[in-house]
Amino acid sequence: MDPSRRSGTLIIMPAWNESAVIASTIREIRETTPEHDILVVDDGSQDGTPAIAREAGAKVLVLPFNLGVGGAMRTGFKYALRYGYSSAIQVDSDGQHDPRDINKVLAGLQDSDISIGARFAGKGNYVARGPRKWAMLVLSKVISAVAKTELTDVTSGFKAVNVRGLNQYMEHFPTEYLGDTIDSLVVAVKSGCKVTQVPVEMRERQAGTPSHSPFKSTIYLARSGLVLCFALARKRTHRWDDFGLQGENPVEGGGSK
Amino acid sequence: MSVAFSLVISIGMVLVVLLLLRRGKLREKYAILWLVVGILTIILGFFPSLLDWVASLVGVQIPANLLFALSIVLLVGVGLHVSRELTILEDETRALAEEVAILRAAVEDWTASTPDQLPREASADPLKHQQPGESNDR
Repeated sequence: MDPSRRSGTLIIMPAWNESAVIASTIREIRETTPEHDILVVDDGSQDGTPAIAREAGAKVLVLPFNLGVGGAMRTGFKYALRYGYSSAIQVDSDGQHDPRDINKVLAGLQDSDISIGARFAGKGNYVARGPRKWAMLVLSKVISAVAKTELTDVTSGFKAVNVRGLNQYMEHFPTEYLGDTIDSLVVAVKSGCKVTQVPVEMRERQAGTPSHSPFKSTIYLARSGLVLCFALARKRTHRWDDFGLQGENPVEGGGSK
Repeated sequence: MSVAFSLVISIGMVLVVLLLLRRGKLREKYAILWLVVGILTIILGFFPSLLDWVASLVGVQIPANLLFALSIVLLVGVGLHVSRELTILEDETRALAEEVAILRAAVEDWTASTPDQLPREASADPLKHQQPGESNDR
């Protein structure tokens, strides 16, 4: 829709105190997929992340205070809709997601509204153990059943959405981001969004602390179970295009690509 | 606790609510609830026998228990109401934060450009004010 846009896809990177890795991640993404625009949503960092990201060549949104990953992603989605992008993909700023997979995950949008870059889908060597593994297994099974398609990694942060998915997420996106993204995923699926998954490999995070301790895993298990129940009980929202193009819609014809 | 004491407390409460209301420190929708409670307590203070009468009417043996039960129900209701308001407020705050972040980026784009330069993404910039056709490199 806009001549200055090159691919119509926005790469959204939520960042919270990622100054150690964000520059190299951005540089790598710019080298591998120069046709996409990069948006870093700084979630109230204290370590100068926004300046570093800007220096590395990304567009930066600075949230006035910490909203959590969910809030940051929501801001990115809002930006994508307002500036007429036709799809958006979430990429972690800690370098866990391989930029070479970005276009692969985006390709999944051709016949669906949400495309998940999934581990455990035949590629990569990521292994989860103990309660975390069980939690992921149960979540996958339940959500696969709701979505009527095989999903092996529903908690993956490596996800792409098209305009319908963006609008769906704007209508209901978890602001707390409990239990990763499953809450919004379930509601999107219930509201008629099509989900697919693309096998990808996750890399070691370049810095920061991984969230793997038995205690944290147990909390994670309990929390995501609870969130899943809430999400399943949640009222179905209207599918965005059930309304046609509403007057209040901020997209301005962003679906045309 | 004497009847006079509870009377003093409830009158004090009503006065505090009215004072807060006058100074604009309490919104009307919250004040009304507290005023109703305060006035009921004052009435009860003047006519303590009312409580005995209501208690026997609903079949509560010790009138004080009726009072306690009602207070608990009321407090739970108020707590729930406040949680609900808080949720709405939080959502509004988040929406504002998102809006501020997006607008700030647009404004920074705009002000970073000197008058003979367009913002890098001027064509998509909602705050665009420069004339088209000017130099676009920075």
